[in-house]
Amino acid sequence: MLSVSNLHVAVGGTEILKGLSLEIPAGEVHAVMGPNGAGKSTLSYTLAGRQGYEVTSGSASLNGEDLLAMAANERAAKGLFLSFQYPLEIPGVPSLTFIRTALNAQRKARGEDEIGAPAFLKLAREQAAKLKIEFDMLKRPLNVGFSGGEKKRMEIFQMAMLSPQFLILDETDSGLDIDALRIVSEGVNALRSPERGMLVITHYQRLLDYIKPDRVHVLAGGKIVASGGPELALELEDTGYDRFAQAAA
Amino acid sequence: MSVSEALKSRDASLLPSRRDEAWRYTDLRAAVRTIPEPSPLGTVPAAPGPFAAIKADRALVIINGRGPEVLSLDTGQVLCVELRLVADSHATSHQSDLRIDLASGAHLTLLESHEGRGAAYLSSANLIVHLAEGASLERVVILDEPSDAVSVITADITLSPGASLKQTVLTRGASRQRFETQVTHPGGGASVRLDGVYMLADKCHTDLTTIVTHVGPGGTTDQLTKGAVRDASRAVFQGQIQVQPGADQTDARMGHHALILSDRAEIDAKPELEIFADDVSCAHGNTVGALDEDALFYICSRGVPLDQARAMLVQAFGLEVIGRIETEAVREVAQAWLAEVGAGGSDGL
Repeated sequence: MLSVSNLHVAVGGTEILKGLSLEIPAGEVHAVMGPNGAGKSTLSYTLAGRQGYEVTSGSASLNGEDLLAMAANERAAKGLFLSFQYPLEIPGVPSLTFIRTALNAQRKARGEDEIGAPAFLKLAREQAAKLKIEFDMLKRPLNVGFSGGEKKRMEIFQMAMLSPQFLILDETDSGLDIDALRIVSEGVNALRSPERGMLVITHYQRLLDYIKPDRVHVLAGGKIVASGGPELALELEDTGYDRFAQAAA
Repeated sequence: MSVSEALKSRDASLLPSRRDEAWRYTDLRAAVRTIPEPSPLGTVPAAPGPFAAIKADRALVIINGRGPEVLSLDTGQVLCVELRLVADSHATSHQSDLRIDLASGAHLTLLESHEGRGAAYLSSANLIVHLAEGASLERVVILDEPSDAVSVITADITLSPGASLKQTVLTRGASRQRFETQVTHPGGGASVRLDGVYMLADKCHTDLTTIVTHVGPGGTTDQLTKGAVRDASRAVFQGQIQVQPGADQTDARMGHHALILSDRAEIDAKPELEIFADDVSCAHGNTVGALDEDALFYICSRGVPLDQARAMLVQAFGLEVIGRIETEAVREVAQAWLAEVGAGGSDGL
């Protein structure tokens, strides 16, 4: 599914990722943990296709297709979804209108028919109920005036509506209280399936109590310095990142 | 120096030019070398105007300067009027004059369009508007003119105490276009809202000029203009608020915010507050910037192509102004205008 090999990425001339490799097969959830400044957000932005993240060498592919050759919207149409650490506010665009525009743009890129309004609304009502999102909120401009928890729930709602093949969750737990964390995690867990892969990027182990990973990787100094089972996250919680930061240096 | 005089005497040297301070960004003399021949009679256009979707009580059509010259509302009368000023004119010139009188307590919804059906014309339209005590005017204007026309529209609006003016102008510009609103504001609980949206492309130019003079105490003015310029287009915003001696407790705020979407596009903004009274609350804000790259990436990351994402943000930018239009049906027409004008474009808009 997602295959990243020896990825080197520079931002503003400074190399941030220094040979990162990662294999995430379909059906698996992998966590990438690391200290501040390790390159976690750089990894998610690079995979999603943000401008200004210059890939100097290495490769990244989804289902064998070269992600790095595609624009951000083309990657989304191929099934990649990034849940943002800080979702943007889009004034003037009702949330539902936004999601329908995105969904239809993806379908068009894949050569599929546009989804009609009735089918879209039915789906939206079902998914909103699952995430405890009031339907009226979906008529408001996307994320404008939403609390941190509401914004994260809206990210998961978008994810559920767009039904991507591969999910990247960038620090999804930041700014969430326990109740919101539980609702968001349930939303993510509901999307787990044998056809879908997930990359969960987080600083804290807490999120992994709710979204249980199959594999855990430690990112430090721009590359993966350790990999293991879920127990690695618990170990990190006890020992911290220091020894890995030293290993990377 | 005025367009009217130049048209009447057919003397292009009387057109305002950059040497006139009020016209320094809209040089008509440079754009018009000779006054074109007077426009012929013209015919009523077959196509409906931009406000056709709204059931107005009355429709007034002025073609090439010919049509009704007065619109009066009686005391307490409530009326919705579609006013179409049509230029059925190819390389000719004309002037329209209309006087609007609202008796006390009257309410007029004026759906005004300036429709260029021809090309390369020079037109001037002057409205003289008087609002008696407690009268209210909601004026929504769509300027739909060809990119080679030169057009000057002025309104001289006098309010009485307790009167209310709410104005929104929507434009995509012309070769040279000036939309000027002068308001004499008596205070005394009278309120003024003056809004505008411009969406310019190619080499289009528009100039939104407002002069609000507060002559008595206790008046409010609230102004919001937003716009976007791309290609080699140019927008001018000149907003002047004068608070004369004795006009205490005036509350006036003015905002002008613009997006520059191309290196060749230009914005000239001149906000001016002249305050000669005490105990006055006046503020103005003026910003010019580019589209938010973070927001663009966010939208694209959901599968929306970059061009469409840009158009979405540009429309959203203008929508704040349109949201201030109170009548829902009128707001919907304005939204449709924004969707149409904000979406098209050659350089990725």
